[in-house]
Amino acid sequence: MDCIDGLAFLVGGIMGQVAEYFSDIFKGVRTLIRGMKVTGYYVTHPRKEIITQQYPENRDSLQMFERFRGEVIMPHDENNEHRCTGCTVCELACPNGSIEIVWDRQINEEGKKKKVLDKFVYHLQMCTMCNLCILSCPTDAIKMGQNFEHAVFDRSQLTKVLNKPGSKLMKGVED
Amino acid sequence: MYFKRHTYFVELTSWIHEGLGSSFSPWLASLIEFVMIGGVFVGFFTVLALVLVYAERKVSAFFQQRLGPMRVGPWGLLQTIADALKLLLKEPLMTSTSDKFLFNAAPFVIMIASFMMMAAIPFANGLHALDFDIGIVYVTAVSSIGVIGILLAGWASNNKYSLIGAIRSGAQILSYELSVGLSLLTIVILAGSLQFSEIINSQADGWWIFKGHIPAIIAFIVFLIAATAETNRAPFDLAEAESELTAGFHTEYSGMKFSFFFLAEFANMFIVSAIGATVFLGGWMPLHIGDWAGFNGIMDIIPPILWFFGKTGFIIFVMMWFRWTFPRLRIDQLLTLEWKYLLPINLFNIILMTWIALTGWHF
Repeated sequence: MDCIDGLAFLVGGIMGQVAEYFSDIFKGVRTLIRGMKVTGYYVTHPRKEIITQQYPENRDSLQMFERFRGEVIMPHDENNEHRCTGCTVCELACPNGSIEIVWDRQINEEGKKKKVLDKFVYHLQMCTMCNLCILSCPTDAIKMGQNFEHAVFDRSQLTKVLNKPGSKLMKGVED
Repeated sequence: MYFKRHTYFVELTSWIHEGLGSSFSPWLASLIEFVMIGGVFVGFFTVLALVLVYAERKVSAFFQQRLGPMRVGPWGLLQTIADALKLLLKEPLMTSTSDKFLFNAAPFVIMIASFMMMAAIPFANGLHALDFDIGIVYVTAVSSIGVIGILLAGWASNNKYSLIGAIRSGAQILSYELSVGLSLLTIVILAGSLQFSEIINSQADGWWIFKGHIPAIIAFIVFLIAATAETNRAPFDLAEAESELTAGFHTEYSGMKFSFFFLAEFANMFIVSAIGATVFLGGWMPLHIGDWAGFNGIMDIIPPILWFFGKTGFIIFVMMWFRWTFPRLRIDQLLTLEWKYLLPINLFNIILMTWIALTGWHF
């Protein structure tokens, strides 16, 4: 009996190995075909799938995507007003000192001395577009712009003042 | 019928032959014919490389959701010509520790192997340089001369990356040559001849991949895999695995000598595809379906050279599809695939095909 059991065990083992051999081939071929289907879809649908841009040619119609980080900008409304209070939170948040806030004390209409923004100095050459200033800003005064063509011939042109001359703080931001 | 209709290449070659024979002595006429054929092949190789490199770059771009070369000429059509000019003008560099004779000989060995294989390919009715009665044996034999070139290049460069690449390539081609030869033999059993023109003529009423059904399709798939491996293309490009061996066996080559390897790689891809098209897909024979006279008549209008290049282009496209889809194999996986899977399947397939041929179960 032992002998027959052993033989059955041996045959069973061999059968198992044979089944595994063929199932390996089957599975391998199936996964390869699955991969070829994906790339085959790409090659047969070029209009839909190609994501490369012909950059200098389509410069006029080029739309950067929403979350692209080109540079820090400060939006101004039609009255030349911005939302920056000069609180320097962004300056403190910046890991490499790209932002310098120059602030001033002025007397407002209530007769109180008040801290106001004089110059928002932004050093583009040091900025890593980490987005921490935008996240830390309590009044949403700054955001990331879409422009990425920053090449200039002189380094000093990269140091920018973001608040426009003569601009002032929007009413109601500080309340 | 198809033979009688498209005989312009037969007429052209016999016209040249008779013209030369009437004005020169026989051996001088033969010599001029040899030079002419050599010139035609050199020109064909150049055009082939330019077209295939452009095709490869465009096809790979489309597989990877890119556009590929777009700047030089419309749709980048002149890109490969610009690249070829750059390679021609480049300085051929050589390391001081390399074996100078072997280093310079290696590119020529590879090119000679490609030329010898190319000679045996039937392009169209009558457009066939060498029609040996042992054509398939000849092709499989000379295809292995190419590996000597790779081994020489790897050894003579005196560079560890080159040597590892060359040794890998040796192991690979040695293994996969078996599968290529055996899968071609499967069809030779049906066709009953090793001569390329005979194999094509036997497919006048239907290609072997249809007439031989199951075993022919298995042999075709095995041939595709093994041919991809023989030409050192991805996923079997261990000989020049960029991420591991910088450029493998041609790391130390530059300029024209490098472009010889490049040219031979693309020429070999064309050659194995052409052999696959000839043996499995009927070469320059048109697609005929049974008794559909109208359909067959339309197919007969298309000249044989277009059929040949269409079928070859299809196989080249499938090989490019493999290249840009599958990840590279490890050397042990490569040898396992050949010795544990392809070879046993192939041997069994030959027995199956012999059985089918003997019992007449093929069409």
